[in-house]
Amino acid sequence: MRLHLKVWRQRDADDRGAMASYDVDDASPDMSFLELLDVLNEKLTVEGEEPVAFDHDCREGICGACSMVIDGQPHGPEKATTTCQLHMRHFSDGDTITVEPFRAGAFPVVKDLVVDRGAFDRIIAAGGYISAPTGSAPDAHAVPVPKDQADRAFTAAACIGCGACVAACPNGSASLFLGAKITHLGELPQGQPERNSRVLAMVDEHDAAGFGGCTNTGECAVACPKEIPLDVISQLNRDYLAARKARRRSA
Amino acid sequence: MSYADFTLGAPVADAAAPDGPIETRWERRRFGVKLVNPANKRKMHVIVVGTGLAGGSASATLAELGYRVSSFCYQDSPRRAHSIAAQGGINAAKNYRNDGDSVHRLFYDTVKGGDFRARESNVHRLAEISRQIIDQCVAQGVPFAREYGGLLDNRSFGGAQVSRTFYARGQTGQQLLLGAYQALERQVDAGGVTMYPRHEMLELIVVDGHARGIVARDLITGETRSHLADAVVLASGGYGNVFFLSTNAKGCNVTASWRAHRKGALFANPCFTQIHPTCIPVSGDHQSKLTLMSESLRNDGRVWVPERKGDDRDPNLIPEAERDYFLERQYPAFGNLVPRDIASRAAKNVCDEGRGVGPGGLGVFLDFAEVIGRLGRPAVEAKYGNLFQMYQRITGEDPYQVPMRIYPAVHYTMGGLWVDYDLQSTIPGLFVVGEANFSDHGANRLGASALMQGLADGYFVLPSTIGDYLATAKHEPVDPDHPAVRAAEDDVAQRIDTLLSIRGTRTVDSFHRELGHLMWEHCGMERTEAGLRKALDRIPELRKEFWETVLVPGTGVELNQSLERAGRVGDFFELAELMCLDALHRNESCGGHFRAESQTPDGEAARDDENFSYAAAWEFTGRGEAPVLHKEDLTFEYVAPTQRSYK
Repeated sequence: MRLHLKVWRQRDADDRGAMASYDVDDASPDMSFLELLDVLNEKLTVEGEEPVAFDHDCREGICGACSMVIDGQPHGPEKATTTCQLHMRHFSDGDTITVEPFRAGAFPVVKDLVVDRGAFDRIIAAGGYISAPTGSAPDAHAVPVPKDQADRAFTAAACIGCGACVAACPNGSASLFLGAKITHLGELPQGQPERNSRVLAMVDEHDAAGFGGCTNTGECAVACPKEIPLDVISQLNRDYLAARKARRRSA
Repeated sequence: MSYADFTLGAPVADAAAPDGPIETRWERRRFGVKLVNPANKRKMHVIVVGTGLAGGSASATLAELGYRVSSFCYQDSPRRAHSIAAQGGINAAKNYRNDGDSVHRLFYDTVKGGDFRARESNVHRLAEISRQIIDQCVAQGVPFAREYGGLLDNRSFGGAQVSRTFYARGQTGQQLLLGAYQALERQVDAGGVTMYPRHEMLELIVVDGHARGIVARDLITGETRSHLADAVVLASGGYGNVFFLSTNAKGCNVTASWRAHRKGALFANPCFTQIHPTCIPVSGDHQSKLTLMSESLRNDGRVWVPERKGDDRDPNLIPEAERDYFLERQYPAFGNLVPRDIASRAAKNVCDEGRGVGPGGLGVFLDFAEVIGRLGRPAVEAKYGNLFQMYQRITGEDPYQVPMRIYPAVHYTMGGLWVDYDLQSTIPGLFVVGEANFSDHGANRLGASALMQGLADGYFVLPSTIGDYLATAKHEPVDPDHPAVRAAEDDVAQRIDTLLSIRGTRTVDSFHRELGHLMWEHCGMERTEAGLRKALDRIPELRKEFWETVLVPGTGVELNQSLERAGRVGDFFELAELMCLDALHRNESCGGHFRAESQTPDGEAARDDENFSYAAAWEFTGRGEAPVLHKEDLTFEYVAPTQRSYK
């Protein structure tokens, strides 16, 4: 396959950045999109140009490192697929493909296609956990969890923290990411004691990090490679209102 | 003297190992450990390198205990460590199924599965702790699979005859890691852990014989600087990427361990690598990594190749009589469920005979037609739907219609830095946890045991044993201008300068691919003296070429991913040589290590307990210089060594 790539190049956080055009003449339909970039980078290196920087690690769709917008869509055109699992057989010979970083106010570009998603860690640090210091746990069977609740918790917990939801959102909101963690922990009996404090602290951190508000556009759930359902945002809003009310009462 | 002419040094002894009845050893060791006064813990500083299951759980737990922790990872977030990709599950001797499981049985299975090359004491402790791990993870909110009654579900895994594997669909590693990550972030918020993401450890700082810090590079700015502490914990994972193609993440590397090895930590059993039988085969020269398909598929899939060489008909058109279900034929008792090393080698053998399928003839069929016929497609979909989807996404083939193609790939490394019972290396103050150490799996790791070991080390073992070191060592702070600190910083700077100034003609990846190919050919599933000697001749030549002609673009003061890779590949060259030497010296077959010269008349691995019942711990003496072998003799008081048989 012959492919034309238009790739975002930006030296560092302060650089303005611009699109650059490259041709790859020997792409194979069995390559993943990242392997296509590998081929491009090998070529650039040998030609004395700087290779394109991009985040990637596991290359099997679970670590959440890869983060590029391909032809305007986070992770590209295939549904429920991360960039590393997107294969070139979904493109046609002669295609022009644009590649940009995940763009959002809270995800500053570090270099080329690499962005800083540290705000996600800060949101988790604010309250995305159950306080259970090592050694303090009762027997695992002490608290049964109904299967449907456990399944719903799992579905939400499958989030890989890639940030495609933020990149897809016209408001740059991380509500899907946030709602996924609220739903995961809120479904479980172990998560109840901190349910109110968790949602309040996480939402505060989300807003402070510069993520926008949710206006129910739903682009996030479409872009999500793990198909986190949109209703985790309803859960987030319900929990947030309940927690605010509870706080007012106790004040 | 050539590299292969290693010398024999003094035996290495596990000084921390308690004796007495095995069931009480861990309890007695815990009681024997000196405690650190809570007020003093705040003054003590521990560096943890790596944030996978072992490193993440260790950092969180140490901070909960009150220590000051600095935690490093090369990824942009601690949540991305490669433990996240573990699919199958985690073993624990809970006996919730009442099917005869016990701590002793898990201990027994693990010692036997490791082909009698692991320490009994360590393995018993692992089996004991396995139960607490499940409790801990459930309390953290890990969404394990459950039954309708609300209790935890279990499955049997990797040929075990009891159901002791806990799982969260095909994403158990992800869920366990997120539990540890969340506990870690909680401590970041509380101020107990300072997190250094996108930082790579490039050197260990040893002051007066004790590990006192690391030199790390900030991967964004390129700044290298030293970080000093009272103890250093390496949780930097395995070294499977020496083969270039493996199921590891692209960034997984040996640098942290290798730098410690160069500074005096012994490296044990480097040739013990695990090849996983069920991976998606290579599709072309562009291949950058291999993807594992969960072992659970072998519960229902039947492995076969065409009876006839070069039979390239559509598999669905090959009649039953012309198929060779070679695992069922060779191992009638276990069939498709034989352990990983045996299944891998059998697949290699039929491919070597020219009966492999797919591109290059490097693949065998894993066929679900029988189970789809028996249970119906919906039942198969419920069980394996996500795996079938993954396969289809990568290969473009529908496994409901045509059999999957699989081939073995490097998956896990049992070898690693030598540690004693306390998980302390031969450098005082340097502790090693998880896949980075060598201790618990012997020559072969059982399915669903890696997650168990990582979390046992990080949550429960290290946080106890490191206290003994910290309470006794009582270190004065290290002066940042100490000559040992300066020397370590200078070494790092010089190495980076060298890599950037060569400006040769060959890319880092092209060297890495060639090295990987060499290792796969000669130090992969089957090893021979001739092959290993060939590799030992070729590796130093290739290493020399690397240091003369590698092309690393860019500078050292920016995000430079080529430079990161170059440093890692530089260390892989040295490790590769040691792996081949270890494989050459161990003239027996055991677990994942198969020496063609040491097999039974019917082609099975022949262990040689008389000559090789020891862990081989290697001492570094200089790049390309013959290393020194220190043996740790293994004794078996509770599980009598037997030849494994799965016929």
